[in-house]
Amino acid sequence: MHYPEQLKYVKTHEWIRFLDETTAQIGITDYAQDTLGDLVFVNLPEEGDEVTAGEAFGDVESVKAASDVISPVSGRVKSVNIELADNPGAINEDAYGAWFITVDNITDTDELFDAEAYAALVEEEKSRT
Amino acid sequence: MSELKTPLYEAHMALGGKIVPFAGYLMPVQYPAGVIAEHMAVREKAGLFDVSHMGEILFKGPDATANLQTLLTNDFSSMPLNKARYSVMCNEEGGCVDDLIVYKYSDEAYFIVVNAANKDKDFAWMQSHCFGKATCTDISDTVGLLALQGPAARTILSKVTDAAMLPTSYFTANFHGEIEGKTCMISRTGYTGESGYELYLAAEDTVAIWNLLLEAGKEEGLIPCGLGARDTLRLEAAMPLYGHEMDDTISPLEAGLDFAVKLQKAEFIGKKGILAKGKHRTRVGLKVTGKGIIREHMDLYADNILVGHTTSGTFAPYLNHPLGMALVDVAYSEPGTGMEADVRGRRVACQVVSLPFYKTSNK
Repeated sequence: MHYPEQLKYVKTHEWIRFLDETTAQIGITDYAQDTLGDLVFVNLPEEGDEVTAGEAFGDVESVKAASDVISPVSGRVKSVNIELADNPGAINEDAYGAWFITVDNITDTDELFDAEAYAALVEEEKSRT
Repeated sequence: MSELKTPLYEAHMALGGKIVPFAGYLMPVQYPAGVIAEHMAVREKAGLFDVSHMGEILFKGPDATANLQTLLTNDFSSMPLNKARYSVMCNEEGGCVDDLIVYKYSDEAYFIVVNAANKDKDFAWMQSHCFGKATCTDISDTVGLLALQGPAARTILSKVTDAAMLPTSYFTANFHGEIEGKTCMISRTGYTGESGYELYLAAEDTVAIWNLLLEAGKEEGLIPCGLGARDTLRLEAAMPLYGHEMDDTISPLEAGLDFAVKLQKAEFIGKKGILAKGKHRTRVGLKVTGKGIIREHMDLYADNILVGHTTSGTFAPYLNHPLGMALVDVAYSEPGTGMEADVRGRRVACQVVSLPFYKTSNK
């Protein structure tokens, strides 16, 4: 399980890669993909959709379960990684390469954690289950 | 009450199994390979499952056969020795108490395998209906059960036991098998839709045989498999699961288990109830034609009319598309019938298809 230093994280297990101050890529963390297991379906928003920090913008499904993907930021969907729809397994292979959406015009963000703080949060969550 | 552990709990932990509570036991849902890889191993090579949580009940005595004839929906009057037979056990109303497999050891002794989640309920039901010269005993805690499934199962098992001891036809068993000096019952059965064996062992021998098989099967690509793959495999093969395709309120005929219900038998518990219920709804297979994955308990609509609900659903790894089973109004049960599933508020298009979804060519 690894959490790259250059990314930010939220407690609902998404990562954020800021491309500039108001533009960022979003995906789910290595811990999230490992917990879900083999992913087989991704439901993505469309370009131009508005997303809101703390609210679901899509969902992922593994063989066993479905899970919402929560937006860590508020803004507008600039682009969508439609390749994920054809190959959800790419998320299991490389959680940080498999971005879901790029959001621009970011006006608000959820509480962000750096890699170290997020790793601690994951450890705490694991010890509870 | 805290969860129970099978004799293999430590082995599952050592193999990196992801442990979840299931039917009162701590069981591996998957190993590091993942559900898809485990599923494919069983379809193409071989997989080994710990299913020691299942329940085993012995029925003995001169009236044992008469008891089974009354308790169960299938016919046991002319059953050959060493044969296995699938049956349903019904309540008076014609709903299913459980589905199970009966092995015939002798004219006066039967070995019955029941679902883990139902074993206490089943045993209490059997005991309360037991009559004449017959006894039933719950021996679950003394039995370990391994399922070795897949096209390479026979080759692997032949490495650790005399191949002549292996039962050759489907749904037969050898009560006097032996692996590495340990006595076991070897049964040509399974819950994957693939050819394979189930090994009933003394609880204390289970770990040794598990390790022996994993080692012996390395060359053939044998891997340990968890309950996740067990569920996707049975679903792809359209095998019903208690609590999903059947329960206390669903009759075996509604569940499409007609082959195991012998209505021509004079009398059995549930016969009147089954007939009274009739067949207004039935189990069907659904293939998703839209985008999404169907799961259990999703409402189904045809022409915006509620026509039933899904009972199981997943992404089928070998067939490589989402599918499910459902209980629908018989008027909407013909293959080719289109309907929509309510997937968390989103409508996903499905089509009724004939069952099973998958049938192996390696029998």
